[in-house]
Amino acid sequence: MKISYAQGILDAHRYLLANYSEVFVIGQGLWSPWYVGATMTNLDIDFGKDRIIDTPVSELATTGAAVGAAIGGYRPIIVHPRMDFMVLAIDQIVTQAAKWRHMFGGESSAPITVRAIINRGGEQGAQHSQALHSWFAHIPGLRVVMPATAKDARDLLIASVLSNDPVMYIDDRWLYEQEQEVEPIIELNLADEGPKILREGNDFTLVGASYTTKLCLDAAIILSEIGISVEVVDLRVLNPLNYEKIIASVQKTGNLCVVDGSWRNCGLAGEVIAGVMECISLSDLKSAPARITLPDAPAPTSKVLEAVYYTKVEDIVSKVQSILNQ
Amino acid sequence: MIQLAELANPAAYQHPLDISFCTKEFLLYQLESMLIIRKSEDIISENFGTGVIKCPCHLGIGQEAIAVGISTQLRKTDRVFGAHRSHAHYLALNRNSFGLFAETLGKYAGSSHGMGGSMHIIDRKNGFWGSVPIVGATVPIATGAALAAKMDGNGDIAVSYFGDGATEEGGVQESFNLAASMKLPVLFICENNLFASHLHIDLRQPTDATIRYAEAHRIKCELVDGNDVIEVSKATERAVEYIRSGFGPYYIEMVTYRWKGHVGNRDDIDVGVQRKDNLLKWKQRDPIRRLTEAMIQQHLLSSEELEILNDKIQSKLNDDWNKALDAEYPKSEALLSLVYA
Repeated sequence: MKISYAQGILDAHRYLLANYSEVFVIGQGLWSPWYVGATMTNLDIDFGKDRIIDTPVSELATTGAAVGAAIGGYRPIIVHPRMDFMVLAIDQIVTQAAKWRHMFGGESSAPITVRAIINRGGEQGAQHSQALHSWFAHIPGLRVVMPATAKDARDLLIASVLSNDPVMYIDDRWLYEQEQEVEPIIELNLADEGPKILREGNDFTLVGASYTTKLCLDAAIILSEIGISVEVVDLRVLNPLNYEKIIASVQKTGNLCVVDGSWRNCGLAGEVIAGVMECISLSDLKSAPARITLPDAPAPTSKVLEAVYYTKVEDIVSKVQSILNQ
Repeated sequence: MIQLAELANPAAYQHPLDISFCTKEFLLYQLESMLIIRKSEDIISENFGTGVIKCPCHLGIGQEAIAVGISTQLRKTDRVFGAHRSHAHYLALNRNSFGLFAETLGKYAGSSHGMGGSMHIIDRKNGFWGSVPIVGATVPIATGAALAAKMDGNGDIAVSYFGDGATEEGGVQESFNLAASMKLPVLFICENNLFASHLHIDLRQPTDATIRYAEAHRIKCELVDGNDVIEVSKATERAVEYIRSGFGPYYIEMVTYRWKGHVGNRDDIDVGVQRKDNLLKWKQRDPIRRLTEAMIQQHLLSSEELEILNDKIQSKLNDDWNKALDAEYPKSEALLSLVYA
């Protein structure tokens, strides 16, 4: 059966709502879900407006309400149709939910799933474009998930909601049309999930997350045509981050480039490189590790500037070639 | 615009309480609870002053009647959330001074196993679902706990304690709107002690009565002398009945005063407007003295009985404190093992 990434998210919602009475969804626009592509179509009709709750324009209070309901035994999904607006709710995510279990000595926990959607491009500009996963992956106690494939979009959302920890599940609208063959749903334990090798190769390791994983896979195909064998690691779970597979891959290929869909300074790409470098010997490396990120600037509006701003497959291809040609 | 008027006047409401129609048993219970809280906080204050307790402690001495009057109207399955000044909220529900003392000392036997300190206390089985010091943070959480209670359909309610300062936070106003528009079973309790940290409410808001926010959100509300445990209890009884009947949220503004400074054991008479002049007068509006005088006048309590009660409670608390001092610290594994479930 072939499904799209958006369909995977919708299927996960349907599975959770049908099988777990403690699951509900809360957020803005849920009764008119044009905000979220095809990922929530008809959920309110099929599962009722008591479980699919459209809310006032209050990111902080609705996220806090999800935290309170989670403390009370429910498994809410709080939807933020754009990550930019979610910043208004950051106290409840970072300072409340992520710390609740630790600061109360394990006596209570707040297993919310925060669904944060990256929605950018199309001249949307600085405040309708942000990918803030690195911020959140910095926070102990908050699991951060970024699916790249349709199967993961479905299975990792289910695993996020069933996790007994607060989880930020970040999906990217640029991936909604991506399709993949999938098997019927098998529940995963999120604590056991981590980076995965999506394509094996011997010459170069590319690491991506979410949309940049797709870019890496596309680049790997082009590079294979000129005889460069690229291994692609999809991070999938950014926090806590398990480096094992990335390290093994770099030890095999000796070359590493991390591609991140957000900014450079104090970002995911630098963190992955540091985490790998701490665990390998210098003799494993054939080249200095590299990263491709957005420029450290807010997203522009004009399409001419957007074309420069966002990473393209060709950028990755030429980076890999230039490293190997050094 | 609504004003607190005489309710904010420290010279007013110093009279003994009207305890007609209250049983002796009920009054004694409330008195005992207030004494346990007062004396527990005195112990914490003293040991904060000497440096034995290190974590920030926000003492609520003088405000005991609010938590005590409210807690007598709740059931164990209700869900109560506190804030930074929550020792009374916790003790009024469980009288577990040992759990509080041990927590302030960072001991494993504390309510949060030594991971929270004074600002993060919890006792789920007695209905205390947690306190945190980020101002206003538990108001949305309590609102969500009320949503969960409504989904459970058992008639349980959430109680959200916050101070007058918290009404200046945006998320609190958002929560009032959310609770009102979704008709959630939550009791909002504003303990208006006239101060946010060092700053008097007259310097922070255009009027000193926060109840106007409830009216703006069409939340049923009332204004109460927070130093009158009987009035607090009666108002809460009305509110709880209303909320359990499914009519939605209820807001009570309890006017009170804290005897200590914002944090720690100092009186803070050198900060804020009027505090130096008013503190002594507010001490005359002592919720405990007003109840004991009424009980003595009505021959429900003798001075000797009061002394015996005081001694009994003090001696138990001294034992609790010593036990807490002797208790074990958490093991170092707790640092990492508690991050994820």
